[in-house]
Amino acid sequence: MISRRKRAPQRRSGNGRHPLAKAPTGIPGLDEITNGGLPRGRPTLVCGGAGCGKTLLAMEFLVRGALEYGEPGVFMSFEETEADLVENARSLGFPLKRLASRRRLLLDHVRLERTELTEAGEYDLEGLFIRLGHAIDSIHAKRVVLDTIELLFSGLSDRLTVRAELARLFRWLKTKRVTAIVTGERDGDHLTRHGLEEYVSDCVIVLDQRVMEQSATRRLRILKYRGSAHGGNEMPFLIDDHGVSVLPITSLGLVHQVSTAHVSTGVAGLDAMFAKKGYFRGNSVLASGTAGTGKSSVAAHFAEATCRRGERCLYFAFEESASQIARNMRSIGVDLEPWIRRDLLRVHAQRPTALGLEAHLVAMHRVIEEYQPRVVVVDPVTNMIAVGSETEVKAMLARLIDFMKLRQITALFTSLTEGGRAAERTDLGVSSLMDVWMLLGNQEANGERNRTIQVVKARGMAHSNQVREFVMTDAGIKLVDVSRRVDGSVAIGSARGAEQRQGPARDPKPSRGGRRKGE
Amino acid sequence: MKNGARRTWHLRLYVAGQTPKSIAALANLKRLCEEHLAGRYRIEIVDLQKQPQLARRDEIVVIPTLVRQLPPPIRKIIGDLSNQQKVLVALDVLPGEPEA
Repeated sequence: MISRRKRAPQRRSGNGRHPLAKAPTGIPGLDEITNGGLPRGRPTLVCGGAGCGKTLLAMEFLVRGALEYGEPGVFMSFEETEADLVENARSLGFPLKRLASRRRLLLDHVRLERTELTEAGEYDLEGLFIRLGHAIDSIHAKRVVLDTIELLFSGLSDRLTVRAELARLFRWLKTKRVTAIVTGERDGDHLTRHGLEEYVSDCVIVLDQRVMEQSATRRLRILKYRGSAHGGNEMPFLIDDHGVSVLPITSLGLVHQVSTAHVSTGVAGLDAMFAKKGYFRGNSVLASGTAGTGKSSVAAHFAEATCRRGERCLYFAFEESASQIARNMRSIGVDLEPWIRRDLLRVHAQRPTALGLEAHLVAMHRVIEEYQPRVVVVDPVTNMIAVGSETEVKAMLARLIDFMKLRQITALFTSLTEGGRAAERTDLGVSSLMDVWMLLGNQEANGERNRTIQVVKARGMAHSNQVREFVMTDAGIKLVDVSRRVDGSVAIGSARGAEQRQGPARDPKPSRGGRRKGE
Repeated sequence: MKNGARRTWHLRLYVAGQTPKSIAALANLKRLCEEHLAGRYRIEIVDLQKQPQLARRDEIVVIPTLVRQLPPPIRKIIGDLSNQQKVLVALDVLPGEPEA
């Protein structure tokens, strides 16, 4: 969904009688939520507060139009000079100068300073019409941006004339058959300071930037799209060094294929707990536990097993660097280095606080698209909570999971639960999104700490209901045979040893009493 | 005025075809010049419909626009110039200025 360069399909409009012609923006996500782009040959209003990204979104619309859809564009700026526009676009990698020299783009800064003008009698804006018309004709432009035309109101004192001329301008733009973006500044409760929305009847997009929990998040909403189905939800969007990306909230719904093929967990004893074969391919797996319960080790085993099959594994590390992970895992006999060298394992290490939540999601999508892994590990997913509220994190995870399911990527998320809190409760928000949930724990008894693992849920699969003990050996994680006391409780650690010395151990095989859940 | 009578006024009027406002502006300008700058002015008319590329070059948005090219600095006056007093002040042509 984040891929660029893909031509958005020109879909038919809701009533199906007249196909509503659309001009793809080329902006990832935006063409999806608008079902193909902006209304072709008509003006669209993009409004929002200062610094919300209106200018960049509009500029990207022109740049992608010129680069990808063969549609030259005119950018008429009432605010920033040509030099400023070139400079600002450079940070997004938009080659404005090159496009301008090839006549694919024309920048025109309209300066209108009230202090430099004397008004002496009646006037109109025919000069602007001629200027814009000439610009359009000279490069055969198909796209136009007017940013921010409302500044005409501060440059000229005759508001009635300006209003009348703007109405004429919007009618005239339609006759020029250009697809236009007109930006407007939001003012309190009003969409735009001077009511531009009265003139633009086809499509209105609202941008918004707000700071939540120290990180700025941007939101985009299609307020109005005449003749076209559109989601009225607020979508997070992002401006980074690739331009604008809009993140639709699970645009794919729940239509992904489910697989019945299994993939090994990398731990023989653990496979046994999942119908002897491991996770389903395409599953989302949560491994949660307090600090030091072996979550990363479970993840490393899974990663290694993936590479052994010759499949690519992408490991998002939010706490440790690649070399740190490799070193730590070598101590339990899992050597990841060779796989990294062969590029079957790629570790993507980044501190979550370095980016906002949406930035993270987009960065992850991008790496996944580029590397095309079969397995993704996110270690730990809880570090993301540090950058967003719980509902935001959940929404973001839902998007990430959908994105991966669509690609049949099996994903393992580790989750750090805080000591002293009920693990099952703290994980609840995230766990409902997961197909498989394993709980790792430490049991303290008889002066020792012993590691345990249990499967809390595994959708559509018979799974063990036992709490199992496991140990870290220099040959990796080993699940230890179950030793049940006479009273039915499970003996672990040295108590197990004592039990085993005293009497025969019970059936070490996992019980098959797990719940079978429908899909 | 230091340069006195030798100072000439170069005025450029931007119009777009023969619209009522353009015609009015030219008439108002001619009358004003004859009254206050007789023999010391030159009016150039630029029709943007014929030379659309000049709108961008000369930073024109509003029609009609009068630009005082000379004497410096450049001054811009918009409208049909019906408010003569404002035009005179903006052009720095003081009414009743002695010819000497």
